[in-house]
Amino acid sequence: MVSENKKYCIITNNESIEIESVPVLSYTEFSSEMVELLKQIENHCVSYFAFPQPDGLKFFAAIANDKTHRIFVLSHFLLKTVNQELASLTPEINALHIFEREIHENFGIDFPNHPWLKPVRFAHNRANKNLKINDYPFYKIESEELHEVGVGPVHAGIIEPGHFRFICNGEQVLHLEIQLGWQHRGVEQTMLDKQTLLQRNIVAESVAGDTTVGHSLAFANLIESLAGIEINTQLDIERSIALELERIAVHIADISALCTDVAYSLGANIFGILRTAIINQTQSWCGNRLGKGIIRVGGTHHPLTGEIKNQILEILAKFEKQFTELAHLTYRLPSLENRFDEIGAVNEEQMRKIGAVGMVARMANVPRDIRATHPSEAYKKYVYNPVILPKGDVFSRFLLRRKEIKQSIAWIREVLKNEDFPVSSSSPVSEVALKPNSLSISLVEGWRGEICHVAVTDKNGKLVHYKIKDPSMHNWKALELSLRNLEISDFPINNKSYNLSYCGFDL
Amino acid sequence: MLQEIKIIHHNGKQFIPDPTSAEVPAPFRGRPEISLEKVDENALVNCCPLNAISSNPIAINLAKCNFCGECAFRFPQKIRFSNDHKISTNKLENLVISAGEKNKIELDQKLIDTKIKTTFGKSLKLRQVSAGGDNSCEFELNACGNANFDMGRYGIEFVASPRHSDGIVVTGPISENMAEALKVTWEAIPSPKLFILCGVDAISGGIFAGSAAINRSILKDVKVDLYIPGNPPHPLTIINGLLSLIK
Repeated sequence: MVSENKKYCIITNNESIEIESVPVLSYTEFSSEMVELLKQIENHCVSYFAFPQPDGLKFFAAIANDKTHRIFVLSHFLLKTVNQELASLTPEINALHIFEREIHENFGIDFPNHPWLKPVRFAHNRANKNLKINDYPFYKIESEELHEVGVGPVHAGIIEPGHFRFICNGEQVLHLEIQLGWQHRGVEQTMLDKQTLLQRNIVAESVAGDTTVGHSLAFANLIESLAGIEINTQLDIERSIALELERIAVHIADISALCTDVAYSLGANIFGILRTAIINQTQSWCGNRLGKGIIRVGGTHHPLTGEIKNQILEILAKFEKQFTELAHLTYRLPSLENRFDEIGAVNEEQMRKIGAVGMVARMANVPRDIRATHPSEAYKKYVYNPVILPKGDVFSRFLLRRKEIKQSIAWIREVLKNEDFPVSSSSPVSEVALKPNSLSISLVEGWRGEICHVAVTDKNGKLVHYKIKDPSMHNWKALELSLRNLEISDFPINNKSYNLSYCGFDL
Repeated sequence: MLQEIKIIHHNGKQFIPDPTSAEVPAPFRGRPEISLEKVDENALVNCCPLNAISSNPIAINLAKCNFCGECAFRFPQKIRFSNDHKISTNKLENLVISAGEKNKIELDQKLIDTKIKTTFGKSLKLRQVSAGGDNSCEFELNACGNANFDMGRYGIEFVASPRHSDGIVVTGPISENMAEALKVTWEAIPSPKLFILCGVDAISGGIFAGSAAINRSILKDVKVDLYIPGNPPHPLTIINGLLSLIK
């Protein structure tokens, strides 16, 4: 559907449209429309990307409206023959900074008035190959009183690589800059290079191992939409249960990790073993502790049988009792409160500016949750009420996880109480024909937040562009902001309290 | 204090008493078994998303397999994934499982320098480097040290500095952007030292084999001491693999 002013298309989550139906605006029109839309508090940009055409670059932007469950798709075109330069929208809408940086890195488009036009991930197909990952232009302050601390890419522990550069005045951090890209392995290109559905499904599972269900669900939704496969509500419910189990497992692991960082070993160990109970349940459902293999296009090899349903209910009952008992104690410990409370606080205004999504938005009073704002069938049938906290500090992020675990358990229980799964879900499809000249968008609320996958097909129904956005794309900025004026020793608890994705960002 | 003791009591004993004899229940997919049944070999070879299956006779290469189980779903009479999780080895040929083979996958003890056993048998400190990993192998490596698996009981631990370590555990297909950092970390480890590849991505590149964004040239210059297959490998696969290498 085209908007009243004929400037953009309006779709809903998991809907595909013909590319032709999206009005191609001049950049001036596009800019003013984007700015106007994004100034409204209920709108935020979920994706903005370019892809090459024979005569130039075609741009698409998707803006999600959280009140009406709608997504606005805007487009503009830049001819090869004109100056490869666009006026940056970042000064007005800060949240677009990362998308414009990505476009700049991949296609060499200049945004002269962009305040921070730095490389994003040193992608292998970047426009400027002379620039290597060691050439990242860090922000510098010249002063005899200040010093820099560089950490990474290889860190002290079993953790993915990233480089953190602190500018400190004594112990106090004035500025933190995070350089990513080390994990870049060409996920989006591999998605296009691989030809079979199953191969692509496996690529989606490998975007971020801790969000296997989240990313593969976005992929499956997208392909089903482009192939016109109707999924029954039962399958969507089964997938959503896997999604909530993933959320519970990672949230409790993060709670355990935060306990580790403040040397509270009872919490570190027992929250840790409670996590094992959940992932082992996922394994007895699908054979893999991280849920690899559970989501397939058009059906599943691992239907939620009555037996698994009972197992899940039983595990959750036991889990909840033990979790509640320990959480009741942990969350009242003065020593923990003292370490977490008011540390690394960010506010609502900052989070709106950077376009924070998911947990990072919700812990600072920004009510963004795809399950409520752009729900799939399962969340339409069983409504999920997002948890919103106001303070934006480490304790809020610690507390949000506890509350979301309880909420997810309640949601799964409600669903399983009412659903019987009498007929087991069908087997996956192995081949599909995608609609030609189409674009589709899928939004999924993974445990970190909003996952956005966008796919574009050509006139033969061949996948020509695949864009993945992990919530960490927006949220890494929040960690940088949190560290300002903190002591450098507060970095570990802040970093853990966010637990952002390296591989999901680097792709 | 009483409250804490109560909590510990309510959670019971969770540690696995003996990881060397512990089993992982089905439907866990461990070492595959291939029957001698006649099937459409072309269809079987082609159904594998990672080209891990070869024909004549049908064989699965666990260096490439990501244990999605697709072949077993399509050809249940031909392929079955057993729950045998002990699939680590130090020889690539041992990872190729042919039709009719039911042998366990083992390490070739002749390839292991006696110095390794005497030096690291009771204490092995490892450094982990993720080089384009998707965080799943890292997730399971972390789990090896938790209260359930407690790999520390064997003196095996992950340490912060390569200078303190006896070997490196690499995860991920080795991204171009991490290639140099990985090399520097490896060179910083004092000899004798172990080079371990963990997960299908590290062993063969996995689904990213052939991607222009990876650079696996370091593998030309090192001798790999242990391959730990899986996507990700189960913590018991990791622990038992390490134990057979150093004990």
